[in-house]
Amino acid sequence: MNIHEYQAKAILAKYGVAVPKGKVADTPLDAEVIAMEFGTPVVVKAQIHAGGRGKGGGIKLAKTPAEAKACAKQIIGMTLVTPQTGPQGKRVKRVLVEQAGAIQRELYLGMVIDRATSRIVMMASTEGGMEIETVAANTPEKILKEYVDPALGLMPYQARNLAFGLSIPTPLSGKAVRFMTGLYKAFVDTDCSLAEINPLVLTEDGEVLALDAKMNFDSNGLFRNKEIQEYRDFDEEDPTETEASKYDLSYIRLDGNIGCMVNGAGLAMATMDMIKTCGGSPANFLDVGGGANTEQVTNAFRLIVSDANVKAILVNIFGGIMRCDVIAEGVVAAVKTLGLKVPLVVRQEGTNVEKGKEILSASNLDIITATDMKDAAEKVVAAAARAN
Amino acid sequence: MSIWVNKDTKVLVQGITGAVGAFHTKQMLEYGTKIVGGVTPGKAGTRIEGLPVFHTVLDAVKATGANASVVYVPHAFAADAICEATDAGIGLVVCITEGIPILDMVKVKRYMAGKNTRLIGPNCPGIITPGECKIGIMPGYIHKPGAIGIVSRSGTLTYEAVHQVTALGMGQSTCVGIGGDPVNGTNFIDVLSAFQEDPQTEAVILIGEIGGTAEEEAAVFVKSKMTKPVVGFVAGQTAPKGKRMGHAGAIISGGKGTAADKIGAFKEAGISVAGTPADLGITLAQRLGRKVH
Repeated sequence: MNIHEYQAKAILAKYGVAVPKGKVADTPLDAEVIAMEFGTPVVVKAQIHAGGRGKGGGIKLAKTPAEAKACAKQIIGMTLVTPQTGPQGKRVKRVLVEQAGAIQRELYLGMVIDRATSRIVMMASTEGGMEIETVAANTPEKILKEYVDPALGLMPYQARNLAFGLSIPTPLSGKAVRFMTGLYKAFVDTDCSLAEINPLVLTEDGEVLALDAKMNFDSNGLFRNKEIQEYRDFDEEDPTETEASKYDLSYIRLDGNIGCMVNGAGLAMATMDMIKTCGGSPANFLDVGGGANTEQVTNAFRLIVSDANVKAILVNIFGGIMRCDVIAEGVVAAVKTLGLKVPLVVRQEGTNVEKGKEILSASNLDIITATDMKDAAEKVVAAAARAN
Repeated sequence: MSIWVNKDTKVLVQGITGAVGAFHTKQMLEYGTKIVGGVTPGKAGTRIEGLPVFHTVLDAVKATGANASVVYVPHAFAADAICEATDAGIGLVVCITEGIPILDMVKVKRYMAGKNTRLIGPNCPGIITPGECKIGIMPGYIHKPGAIGIVSRSGTLTYEAVHQVTALGMGQSTCVGIGGDPVNGTNFIDVLSAFQEDPQTEAVILIGEIGGTAEEEAAVFVKSKMTKPVVGFVAGQTAPKGKRMGHAGAIISGGKGTAADKIGAFKEAGISVAGTPADLGITLAQRLGRKVH
């Protein structure tokens, strides 16, 4: 799960990570009032879940409160297009107004869970403001890394290795170490999966500040982080994906016209690939999971048909925990409730497959059955082509 | 022979009194797995499917001599359950539970380092040696004893491969689901190296998916250390970037972990890559020079 910059900074501040003085404004007037309160200059920053905001005109410097108001007026309500938003862009609802200070150096600090070592790694680089992927590709030697032993946490010596490695002046190294240990603590306490301070800045008046902050959270850890759950911004999500998450369904919208319902993430991805190989295009990824009930299957079906692009549906089930008869009952119930306006191809295999087949044939619904995955994909691609 | 589990493996079920645990205990018993008991704190003295239930893994091991355990404990408590089994000296822990916080698994891995316990999973279908021992949630009847080793990050996609191998009349030595999480116990290389050593296993099917670099590392291992033929597949060729595709580990981030990269690494290592999951069986048969009807 992603959150906004202002929310990440609020979390970090609680852990002693220094951030610029800032407040959120929902209106241009609010921005002007905040600028008067803080004193100018201030920076007015669009709050959306995407990076590269500056390039799209979403970050502006204001020298007076009136300018702050004018900047906020330009930004709030605009559709901001950045390299990360896609061409459709994202609508800005609010801005963060921050006190602007003189910057001496821009650095990078990031944390992720390294899969190869199964440890949290803190990364630092002198190339502040640049994308870390670019730095990693071109000048990997400029990225310093410290792997953290979870039993110890980030040790002060590790933070010092990074601070001195970045040539942070000695008088500021203590502040830098506090910054890093605070960031580590915030990461662990809130079940982060990624935290990025880019840039981390050294100011002329001797501060070490998070000029920008990005935090992503492990969805598996949200159940024990109620505060983080409240930061979720539904406007930043695809409405169907939001709806799916209510029913514990994993749904991702794609741009094709064949709706898919599959059990298991790997099989769901492979089914999408198979549709593509057969000349079609999937409208979504949908994993109904291992233990879905009839109600969840009905909901999954409803989500698929709510996409107007869907011209045919493929249900591909290999029963393990999930029993084919449960899926079959769910499909029949869904079709009876919602009607069926597009062709439906069902392929099932595994636990209780015979019962599942009986339920479908006894329902007398117009369902195209398939013997295996390839057969299913070919049939659904043909059906979608006829419907177009 | 087979790897890690066989007819003599004595299995304990952690979370045996829960709905999922009880259901699969029955299924595993019906398959012929030697289940010796279960653990649910606070439920000692009760019986499930005629099996004794214990408060702690330590009690259960003392009473039954169990050398493997399977974890069906809910996600918030699963990390604790894995550590408990490790501490009790269980040699093989199979964790089925999905949704364990990644940072819990980081701690578990640290705790297990240097100990003699193997963890399979979490978020996996388990491990099966057909005809002998099934630990997990896979449908037993699609399997058949044979000479093909199967390892995969995905549950249902493993079933797909098993089904095709069985349909071709070949059968499996052991099938291992390593799970879809970014931090897991057993990785591809652990399984590949066990298959390479196992006299029963003649060839291996390796099923990967987008995210991370486990497939690339496995490819390097196959190229440098394996003499047995390997057939592969990678799911997620059509997956968009930056989206978590169901599994916590299945995400292309920063342009890394794409299916194309992994397929390239497989091919470079001499792995025969199936174009679609439906072609896994045929690709295997061709690689082994067997005729397909």
